[in-house]
Amino acid sequence: MTNSWTDIANSDLVVVMGGQAGDAHPVGFKWVLEARSRRKARLIVVDPRFNRTAAVADLHVPIRPGTDIAWLGGLINHLVSHDKIQHEYVTAYTSAPYLIKQGYGFKDGLFTGYIEGKRAYDMANWDYELDAQGHVKADPTLQHPRCVFQLMKAHYARYTPEMVERITGSPRDKLMTAWSWIAETARPDKVMTALYAVGWTQHTVGTQNIRTMAMVQLLLGNVGMAGGGVNALRGHSNIQGLTDLGLLSNLIPGYLTLPSEHEPDFATYMKSRGFKPLRPGQLSYWQNYKKFFVSFQKAMWGKAATAANDFAYDHLPKLDVVYDLLRIFNMMHKGEVNGYICQGFNPLQAAPNKAKISTALAKLKFLVVMDPLTTETASFWENHGEYNAVDPAKIKTEVFRLPTNCFAEEEGALVNSGRWLQWHWKGAEPPGEAKTDIAIMAALHLRLRELYKKEGGAFPDPIVDLNWPYIHPESPSPEELAKEINGSALEDVVDPKNPNKKLLTKGRQLNLFLELRDDGKTACGCWIYSGSFTEKGNMMAQREVSDPSGLGVFPQWAWSWPANRRILYNRASCDPDGRPWDPKRMLIEWNGTKWAGFDVPDFPPLSKPSAGMGPFIMLPEGTARLFARGFLKDGPFPEHYEPFEAPIANLLHPKVNSNPAARVFKSDLAVFGKPSEFPYVGTTYRVTELFHFWAKHALINAILQPQQFVELSEDLAKKKGIMAGDWVKVRSNRGQLRAVAVVTKRLKPLKVDGKTIEVVGLPFHWGFTGLTKKGYPSNVLTPFVGDANAETPEFKAFLVDIEKTTAPAV
Amino acid sequence: MTYIERYTRWQRFIHAAVALLMVLLILSGLALFHPALFFLSDLFGGGTWNRILHPWLGVVLVVGFALVFVRFVPDNLWRREDSQWLRQIPDVLAKRDDKLPAIGRYNAGVKIIFWGMTVFILLLLVSGIALWDTYFASAFSIEVRRIAAVVHAVVAWLAILFLIVHVYAAIWVRGTMQGMTQGRVTAGWARKHHRKWFDELLTKETK
Amino acid sequence: MASLQSLDIKRRSATTLPAPDVRVGHEEEVAKLIDVGRCIGCKACQAACLEWNDLRGEVGTNTGSIQNPPDLTANTWTLMRFTEIEEDGKVEWLIRKDGCMHCADPGCLEACPAPGAIVQYANGVVDFISENCIGCGYCIKGCPFNIPRLSRTDGRAYKCSLCSDRVAVGLEPACAKACPTQAISFGSKPDMLELASLRVEGLKERGYKKAGLYDAPGVGGTHVLYVLQRADRPELYQGLPKDPKISPLVSFWKGLAKPVGLGVIGLGVLAGFFHYVTVGPDTVEEEDERAAERDMAERRGR
Repeated sequence: MTNSWTDIANSDLVVVMGGQAGDAHPVGFKWVLEARSRRKARLIVVDPRFNRTAAVADLHVPIRPGTDIAWLGGLINHLVSHDKIQHEYVTAYTSAPYLIKQGYGFKDGLFTGYIEGKRAYDMANWDYELDAQGHVKADPTLQHPRCVFQLMKAHYARYTPEMVERITGSPRDKLMTAWSWIAETARPDKVMTALYAVGWTQHTVGTQNIRTMAMVQLLLGNVGMAGGGVNALRGHSNIQGLTDLGLLSNLIPGYLTLPSEHEPDFATYMKSRGFKPLRPGQLSYWQNYKKFFVSFQKAMWGKAATAANDFAYDHLPKLDVVYDLLRIFNMMHKGEVNGYICQGFNPLQAAPNKAKISTALAKLKFLVVMDPLTTETASFWENHGEYNAVDPAKIKTEVFRLPTNCFAEEEGALVNSGRWLQWHWKGAEPPGEAKTDIAIMAALHLRLRELYKKEGGAFPDPIVDLNWPYIHPESPSPEELAKEINGSALEDVVDPKNPNKKLLTKGRQLNLFLELRDDGKTACGCWIYSGSFTEKGNMMAQREVSDPSGLGVFPQWAWSWPANRRILYNRASCDPDGRPWDPKRMLIEWNGTKWAGFDVPDFPPLSKPSAGMGPFIMLPEGTARLFARGFLKDGPFPEHYEPFEAPIANLLHPKVNSNPAARVFKSDLAVFGKPSEFPYVGTTYRVTELFHFWAKHALINAILQPQQFVELSEDLAKKKGIMAGDWVKVRSNRGQLRAVAVVTKRLKPLKVDGKTIEVVGLPFHWGFTGLTKKGYPSNVLTPFVGDANAETPEFKAFLVDIEKTTAPAV
Repeated sequence: MTYIERYTRWQRFIHAAVALLMVLLILSGLALFHPALFFLSDLFGGGTWNRILHPWLGVVLVVGFALVFVRFVPDNLWRREDSQWLRQIPDVLAKRDDKLPAIGRYNAGVKIIFWGMTVFILLLLVSGIALWDTYFASAFSIEVRRIAAVVHAVVAWLAILFLIVHVYAAIWVRGTMQGMTQGRVTAGWARKHHRKWFDELLTKETK
Repeated sequence: MASLQSLDIKRRSATTLPAPDVRVGHEEEVAKLIDVGRCIGCKACQAACLEWNDLRGEVGTNTGSIQNPPDLTANTWTLMRFTEIEEDGKVEWLIRKDGCMHCADPGCLEACPAPGAIVQYANGVVDFISENCIGCGYCIKGCPFNIPRLSRTDGRAYKCSLCSDRVAVGLEPACAKACPTQAISFGSKPDMLELASLRVEGLKERGYKKAGLYDAPGVGGTHVLYVLQRADRPELYQGLPKDPKISPLVSFWKGLAKPVGLGVIGLGVLAGFFHYVTVGPDTVEEEDERAAERDMAERRGR
């Protein structure tokens, strides 16, 4: 989230798209209704299904799964051609005026630089034209044919309302109503918020889905505003913490990146990071990258990380490729992986294509599952009839189950969607032999360290040198870890201008990442969390509910990264002169001497408006990017590509049907279904009563939604002779499932390019463990293909067939 | 004094059984009918046992009454003199027996009780099943169950009134009780109250 | 549930004497307001109800609807009822939290034959007192909203208590506490009526011209109130009765029938008694016996 849950109450218009805020995030959704009470805010739900969120919406616009970019691209076209953009914001705070290199172009579905055999682009020309000083050339009038604004305008001119209706199936009247409501928020005193979740990410164009909305919000001047922003609703209580702490194969904490094998030394690594400003007078905050990185290395390897050894740069692995979920399981499937430690994860249910995952797990020598529950993955070798038809005798994988406690049985911080680190306390002792994840990982580390010390090995140093300063090495406390993440001074540091002034005192907790150093005198586990556990104590445990702003800032409730800032880019809530665009939504303002207000300014507090620094200080240009330069693998402007399994060909460019840069493996290309055989669009989603594959283990949740079902429209049910409560079989080219039919008015056939397209809804919670009736995971159906940038699998749009069947044998 | 057998041992047993069941049903039924009589439920082990037992007692009653019905239905068919007797009910109540027509084994009063109870018990059975939520709650709509409740109450009330008449008649007409307790009535009783039956018995005997 | 000492009892089932009226009239009536216009059907109320009241039903099956369990049961005191309607091509999903309405004139209490099995507290809450319940199911017939359910295991009737145990100590009902969208509010009835009128106004502004309050005047008002988008047609919400009243059948059965019935029975007994003492028993005289002997001898002699 750029903003916070509580901030949603400041919106005039809430757009829920690519998610189902009410269904899947009912507690946070209260702020949407709060916006309605306080500001008479309207709610638009754009979703294939009329869901629980739509039940309280002012407008529901149905959409064919996987066509969000067409819908939002059409919206951009609508805003630009009807002049419904906030001009001053767009000119001053976005990349709209910047000129793009001559070599950039887009034709027939491909951007320039496509390399057919590699399914990848050479992105060299997707960049700004620079002047002699290395600064981006700009045309503040936005008239230059190669300025971002004009290129964007031309790019989306193809997305006419007619075309959008043909692609998305959204009826024209509803489409136009939604767009006109959204367009109203171009006014500086009208703000819209966009709420999304994995309904956008689980597509082969996932990252670009979100980018398109970000572009819309920038054109409307809604980013940085109270009540605005682009807000990812996190599906797990701490999934935000997971990404913050870099639990992805190519990240290290604080959104720093692991080196690649092309970066054998520290100097090369730093060359492509720590960006120099691209416009005069800009901050380009990543220039501090080295401070964050070195402090991280010090936290990791302590005394073993020295200036002489480039702070143990060699201790870090160098990636040849990104080892994302899809790749690991593809490798496992090929027999290239021996062991797998599965911690708080249930890939047999959660990763795409269950059959492939099951076969892959069976090729392991050992599988370790750390979980509070008996997951399907831990039991993948058990035969559960048609629900898990494997032969245990043929599976040689040795499975170790290590029971862990659940979150309420330990203390620590959970990071919510709004980036709040909220400390929580232990509510009960864990049952039986359950141990904390920390204790298990610590035990593993200590034993490995002993072995490496004793036996040596090719390169034991990263493990032997690992900094392990905890009072109880076998069980580090959450507070110790939190303090380490916050960071501390390793040596005294005095002010070079005034030797009597001590800047840092050895052993003291750091106040904020501003104190981090690139000389090894500070250590910090995750720079963005620096400030969360200072000498003043555990800031995450703050519980003060006062809100002087009246805007739901709650500055002393828990702690929000970065720097306890509640709304990112809040400098953009003021005009270039430092006055709030909307005085009623004043977060910060320039008071003549500094930036001050209710939130922590996302800006150097003493930088005068006249100095011209842009509000997007993380970027070298200081402004937000309508054009993604060379950072996204599938294009600088989002383009509509059909899902890999789609019922129609791409109407914009039939030859380039699906994302040409999406993550897909050769063997999986073969198992995509054809619309002739699988005529209906399948989409997966959650229901409120159950949470993923966990809540089915809780009796009350099992009572509230006891058995697997699929949803289909009345028309489709009639055509197939299916009545509510009948058993149906849903098939894709990869597998099939059997479930009870829920026939509903809430799913309607869509008119797509003159054809009638039916959507089959597949809630995905059931499996062969737990207290509910046994069921199938929906990944027996889903394709093994992922987003070009985030590798997230495409669970939200694929092809299926459905027919009536009989109840399973009991 | 000469005695005539009016009821066999089996007949007395079955009548007594039905009578006893009826008493129990009335007591347990009244306990549920009016709060002032809820104390009667203590006779059955409290309200819940009262609720549990009442319908089962009813089922047994239905079986018992069916036996009574089968045995006594031939004697309870309506005859011409019954209508005449009924028209002269003031004479009955004023003991002006000499003015009354000769009556067979049962007079019109008994027959009305007999047929009345037959109809009532059928209605009580049907409405009782509809009220028996323990087993049949899902078989009937609430509206049907409401109608059943009223029918059950009203019919039971009528049955009670009939039984008051029945019992009072037995008490009032001396010598009647003896028939149901010992099986025999005096020849004089038979001749006085059921002349036709008395005559028939003599005819049968002398043939 | 048990009778709560801390709450004054206004009415008590199957009790002919007046309820103690100490303090009655001073206690504020409470109400739970359910704003269907804010409800997303998340079932948090259903879960909270099971948690607080320690109820666990069976893990059932799906019967072709996301409404689960499909109906109220002795272990399901509140239930989200989901209704899909479509008018003029516009789909609406009406989601109503069903449960006891806590009527001012409770039909269940009127129908109940067991003294003290149903009580109405002075705050308006209608509570089933399990230890007095005999399990006859009359409350089910008395209820205009079809709420109470008999337990298959202990035979007693159960329904929402409006968390009388929580309310007695100044807490809101568990469902209201759990509701994430403030679709359920709890407070004094006047306050809830005021809130309801604001909510109705809000719905009207959003184009729900027929929005309104559901307070069932036919049962003297209720202590559970609904704000409905379609107050003109409450039956759309899975059979919420349009004008609920205690059925005239129940009123007759539990009203007139009781005194008149007993009275007439009493009169019948009295009539017999006085007939007996005035007319005297109908005895068989010696003369009758002799006449009979005579008849018999005559026949035999022939």
